[in-house]
Amino acid sequence: MDEEKEKKGKEASKETPKREVPQEPQVDVETLPLVRRVKEAKGEFIDDVSYFRGEITFLVKREHILDVCRFLRDDSETSFDFLTEVIGVHYPQRDKPFEVVYHLYSTSKRHRVRLKVRLAEGEEVESVYPVWRSASWYEREAYDMVGIRFANHPGLKRILLPEDWEGHPLRKDYPLQGPEGYREEWLRSHCASTNKL
Amino acid sequence: MGIVERKLPDNALTRLVDKVVNWARRSSLWPMTFGLACCAIEMMAAGASRYDFDRFGVIFRATPRQSDVMIVAGTVTVKMAPVLRKVYDQMPEPRWVISMGTCANTGKNFNTYHVVQGVDQIVPVDVYVPGCPPRPEGLMYGVIKLQEKIDRMKVFRK
Amino acid sequence: MLERGVVEGRVSEDLMRETLKTKEIWINMGPQHPSTHGVLRLVLALEGERIVDTEVVIGYLHRGMEKLAESLTYPQFLPYTDRLDYISSNAMNFGYVLAMEKLMGIEVPERAQYIRVMMAELTRISSHLVWLATHALDIGAMTVFLYCFRDREAILDLFEMVCGARLTTTYFRIGGVANDLPEGFIEQAREFCKVFPKKAKDYDDLILKNRMWLSRTVNVAKISAEDGLNLGLSGPSIRGSGVYWDIRKDEPYSNYDKLDWEIAVESGCDVYARYLVRLKEMRESCKIVSQCLDILEKTNGPVMGKVPKVIRPPEGEVYASVEAPKGELGFYIVSDGSPKPYRLKIRAPSFANLISLPVMIKGHLVADVIAAIGSIDVVLGEVDR
Repeated sequence: MDEEKEKKGKEASKETPKREVPQEPQVDVETLPLVRRVKEAKGEFIDDVSYFRGEITFLVKREHILDVCRFLRDDSETSFDFLTEVIGVHYPQRDKPFEVVYHLYSTSKRHRVRLKVRLAEGEEVESVYPVWRSASWYEREAYDMVGIRFANHPGLKRILLPEDWEGHPLRKDYPLQGPEGYREEWLRSHCASTNKL
Repeated sequence: MGIVERKLPDNALTRLVDKVVNWARRSSLWPMTFGLACCAIEMMAAGASRYDFDRFGVIFRATPRQSDVMIVAGTVTVKMAPVLRKVYDQMPEPRWVISMGTCANTGKNFNTYHVVQGVDQIVPVDVYVPGCPPRPEGLMYGVIKLQEKIDRMKVFRK
Repeated sequence: MLERGVVEGRVSEDLMRETLKTKEIWINMGPQHPSTHGVLRLVLALEGERIVDTEVVIGYLHRGMEKLAESLTYPQFLPYTDRLDYISSNAMNFGYVLAMEKLMGIEVPERAQYIRVMMAELTRISSHLVWLATHALDIGAMTVFLYCFRDREAILDLFEMVCGARLTTTYFRIGGVANDLPEGFIEQAREFCKVFPKKAKDYDDLILKNRMWLSRTVNVAKISAEDGLNLGLSGPSIRGSGVYWDIRKDEPYSNYDKLDWEIAVESGCDVYARYLVRLKEMRESCKIVSQCLDILEKTNGPVMGKVPKVIRPPEGEVYASVEAPKGELGFYIVSDGSPKPYRLKIRAPSFANLISLPVMIKGHLVADVIAAIGSIDVVLGEVDR
């Protein structure tokens, strides 16, 4: 029944004429003042710059993320004083399957930027805790959920899940309900008196 | 009640005594506030001005030692489950549990790696209140149902 | 040794510290505690009654929302956003639909924009009322709790009129709102806007100049603007430290730039300042609501934009943020072109605000922890997601 429904849904979606996605106004990324400033000062650490829906993304070399972050915070033209979040994303099909995304905001200049770092399995990235202390929790969450390790973090441990939990749920190979029976087994071992029920 | 509990013969006198005890128990159900998630807000609303739970003799207590009924209001997660069980164990007998909302009843709308699928896996439940979240009236109905249940309980008689 | 230190019959303080050394003790607070606003757990290291160190333990309400999102289609996830910050569900919807519209490039009709702004502001008032109620109750003012909940019911009645639910409304849709305002809504909302300033004055009368309230809140849990920003504090909590930052003004989304209102900022940096900010915000929100009502009354039009039946956004990633009642709420969506999000990250304001709690309460008494938690207004559904 469900399969049928899904099939129908798929067919229907094929039939619907492709809606025109409003074309982005063509912007030459290099002319944006923020991009110019960063490229000027830290160009050798930036692998790539992209622009989508008005958002600038820098792909930063893994070894230099702390350097770039410190520059972005301290430079008077950028002055990103607020770290909005640190996100771990898992792309299992890529050579470097992990991506760490940083969103920055400047309360004085009122602009945003996104930084990205790509990691191979087993690689570590420098923690940005020395620049923004809020990173301590964000990075703990990225570690907890995706399993990205941050070097020189003041206390990298799980934040949301119990400390003796195994696996990182936001990896693509982790099932939604967890590994078969893991949830129930964990409960059984941790609420001892439940067995009486 | 100790040694005489459920030991005396079933006759007019014990029936009357039971009735008195049950009346006392059901008229002052003190719930322990086990607010976990969204339902906790509706539970608070039920205790506040418009719905005024005090009319039923329901006065929220913050400690398990002083309470008779635990209202599990919200999603029970795996990390929270041992705590919930511990709090339940700290409540004095007789004790009851009201499971409030879909998450506590079955957990099904959050069927993920970290959510317990129904609080009845951890503690025995007397009344289930459906809804996501149930309205305060729903919780009130649940409490009334629990009172009816208490009314039928045998205390002294066999 | 004691003799050396006795000065005029009293033991000098230095010696007392030396000889009567107290050991640091660790106490546990929560996760089942009436004043932690849910299931927050704190482990406090105390020296006497002063706090020297705090460890915040969260995750007791971690429901795996982000993982769940990856297995649902985009519109299916909308009701789940309600359950993030369940006190202000419309604001949560708002963040999500804005991110989706940004990703897909959908235009939202003018009328829907005004309805959205109005609902978001009503939500802000109701959220702040719950905050004031519980914050005051924690500190010991029971009456305020009853007053606030009474007035909040009026807003919930309005929500019920438009969508039938009190808390988890799911009224917003990708591309607009679910349906137009029902008959009689505008009159009832106008009535609310008329009486609310008087009600707000009642709260002022109860605690604004109350000596006990002042002694529990003034100069308690201070945090400087610089520290706050560095620690990720946003929303009313950072505006209490004198930072002039409100996303509704700085990066205006929807129709906020067409309305007349002010940002509430205080420079006290303490619990009292954050309290004043939120009180002022409620009044400003009330102003916004009545302006929206004026416009909605006169105009008419569609409330839903052109949205394809199957929502299949283009490949790409966006981040959109709104000013939720607790702070900056952001949705980061990575789309791979399929009807389900590849990755969805929620930037929850309460989660970020909680980072600065240990800094705030360092050196304070145990009783002040309650005031500090109340002043940053955390909701655990959002912290743990």
